[in-house]
Amino acid sequence: MQGNDAIARGLVEAGCAVAASYPGTPASEILSSIDRWRKKCGATMHVEWAVNEKVALEIAYTAAITGLRAAVSMKQVGLNVASDPFLSAAYLGVTGGFLVVSADDPGPHSSQTEQDSRLLALMAKVPVLDPASPAQARTLAGTGFDLSETFGVPVMLRPTTRVCHASQDVDAAPFRPPAREARFVKDPSRWAATPVFRRKLHDRLAEKIAAIAAWPATAPIRVNPEVSTAKAVVASGVAFAHARELFGELGISGQLALYQVVQPYPLHAAFIEHLLDTYAEILVLEESAPVIEMQVADRRRVRGRMTGAVPGTGELLPEIIERLLSRFAGLPVQAGALPAQGSGRRPTLCPGCAHRSSFYAIRKAAPAGIYPSDIGCYTLGINLGAVDTVLCMGAAVSQAAGFDYAHRLSGKRVDIVATIGDSTFYHAGIPPLIDAVVQGARFVLVILDNGTTAMTGNQPTPGTGIGAGGETTAAVDMEGLVRACGVRFCRTANPDRLPEFVALLREALVHARERGVAVVIARQPCAMVTRAAGGKEPGAIIITGECTGCRHCVDRFECPALVFDEAANRVRVDEMTCNGCGVCVSVCPLGAIVPESAGEKRS
Amino acid sequence: MSADAPVMRRQVVLSGVGGQGILFLSRLLAETAIACGFPVLTSETHGMAQRGGVVVSHLKVGGFDSPLVRTGRADLLLVLKEENVALHREFLADGGTLVVNAAVPTDAGPGVRVHAVDADALALSAGAPLAVNLVLLGFALARVAGGTPGGFFCTAGEVREALSRRQGTDGSRLAASLSALDLGIAHGT
Repeated sequence: MQGNDAIARGLVEAGCAVAASYPGTPASEILSSIDRWRKKCGATMHVEWAVNEKVALEIAYTAAITGLRAAVSMKQVGLNVASDPFLSAAYLGVTGGFLVVSADDPGPHSSQTEQDSRLLALMAKVPVLDPASPAQARTLAGTGFDLSETFGVPVMLRPTTRVCHASQDVDAAPFRPPAREARFVKDPSRWAATPVFRRKLHDRLAEKIAAIAAWPATAPIRVNPEVSTAKAVVASGVAFAHARELFGELGISGQLALYQVVQPYPLHAAFIEHLLDTYAEILVLEESAPVIEMQVADRRRVRGRMTGAVPGTGELLPEIIERLLSRFAGLPVQAGALPAQGSGRRPTLCPGCAHRSSFYAIRKAAPAGIYPSDIGCYTLGINLGAVDTVLCMGAAVSQAAGFDYAHRLSGKRVDIVATIGDSTFYHAGIPPLIDAVVQGARFVLVILDNGTTAMTGNQPTPGTGIGAGGETTAAVDMEGLVRACGVRFCRTANPDRLPEFVALLREALVHARERGVAVVIARQPCAMVTRAAGGKEPGAIIITGECTGCRHCVDRFECPALVFDEAANRVRVDEMTCNGCGVCVSVCPLGAIVPESAGEKRS
Repeated sequence: MSADAPVMRRQVVLSGVGGQGILFLSRLLAETAIACGFPVLTSETHGMAQRGGVVVSHLKVGGFDSPLVRTGRADLLLVLKEENVALHREFLADGGTLVVNAAVPTDAGPGVRVHAVDADALALSAGAPLAVNLVLLGFALARVAGGTPGGFFCTAGEVREALSRRQGTDGSRLAASLSALDLGIAHGT
């Protein structure tokens, strides 16, 4: 069972009735897995892909104030989007169990930051549980609901990539059907609290946190209680899993005490006292911020990310932990080299991906333009020179406006063509589009509408008309939505028809320069979806003798199926990867890329 | 396999690029391990790297806590894209085995046994370019037989069974997968 499956299993076993999420690596699989377990046990649940993390959190939170058990899952930067309701929900509390699953990505492997959600939990005064393995993540989902209901607070479950995307043989328990009925008890001084009441709620929250710091079920676990020593290793999450394995391999179980912290915040008060009473030196291993370390207040005895004993950034790989443990135990350091990271072949858009066509056309239509972009597969347009900025979800639209205002102030005219995916547009692109219309910003926004959330595994979007469990839902009319934002130029086209698409972009640029925001919807299904549905036969494209090896197609179009043969100084088609979309035919300036016709077979 | 089950510990690294089916292989092998009665831990690559970038899976069979294989610890390294040998060679332990998808055997330095097969060509000739992963796995299972020191934790037959359980409801897909696996096995035997 994958870590995300195990979390989902734990939630459904514990009687979760409402689950909402917005996809993001490494948390994406949790919600689809919840739906699979739901179907398996026949429970009645509300499971949804929400438009963004803020909406997802508010939906699940509200279910939890009617007494139902509810969960929301997201990646760590999603919690930034949901931080407003998250911090408030801590004050107001819950009546049913409420679990916020926020998956961190130390490294980072597939994220904008390697921020530590536990730090936001500390800021919000929300208790947080930190699993070391898929099996423990499943267990802690249930523990989290119990903790949440015992104290009436939201609880965070914080897995990291190495838990979410680890797989393990996991025991399962029977499903507990969500037997409760929603019952909302009106109490405006709590559920609609004004600042006077918020102050009282904050006092209440502080009392709850103090009590949670003494709750036995989440107390730290001593791995080798028989050992008496002056040095202790305190670890949480997957850093604990690495440490535990290394304790055995290095044979240091008799020399160092090892503790697993299950609840990094609030750290159990008695545990802090025990550490300081017992040990002269304490090494803290945790990802990725010093959350445990900062709660162990004696700076002279604690070593960790704050003191510089542990690297302050990056993933705590087992090779690093081996070095740290060897040194701490006074052993010679024999750890191997760090594995290669960030080298090797770079990711690229899939063969047949229509985003490639859009980016090629954008550079052709606005060769001197500025190209703000956004979060998704299409960030890879950076390889094609058609992505200049990527900040966070939805920022392509506001950055396009920002570039326009800044340049206009300096009396400069510049073409700005922003790109955003359909899912990202619904998530965070609509408010900045309204703002841009009102402020009279001048740019072209290309919405890359492939009908799916491709980067994270093809989850549906609000425009798809399909729900989390494959059921039919209402679908949003994208063109109608764009027009309702006040945009007067809104046209839809298939970017794979390159010449027509370039012409449309030029028309949009004229509108943008003179009359304000223009939106072009580049609509073509995701190549991964069409490939899964059968796709096209490979071998439909050939390179003729006209190819001079000018590299235009390789550099500007960068299709993985167009391979430059250095020896022959020409391009060839890699039949293993070509999906036969044929867009490259209009890319070659010499007409050397042609569809294979019946009469023109390769030699 | 039951005879050496109590001491079975194997660390395997699978390397390739996004789209080659590394994730599928690691899950298939993990399911095989569970069917053989071994505890198993894997670690997968998800996200942007899956779009044609470097993808690596770790598979640890036996009683492990950490999902990651440390450098210098892998018994087996399966490489679906030859250029990745340089990147991931360092995972192999002394005396470890490299099985690589390459037309000519790759030089992996001293202390490494190398088995090479042109799985791309085999898969393409069989009309199944997407089954390169299973061709290489079949070849590896034949060359580095289960039960031998440092070899697989399972037999080719046990992988066939796991594949059948996984794709049992999809007859034509299962038949294609089994024939790709068998093609690799035939070339390794």
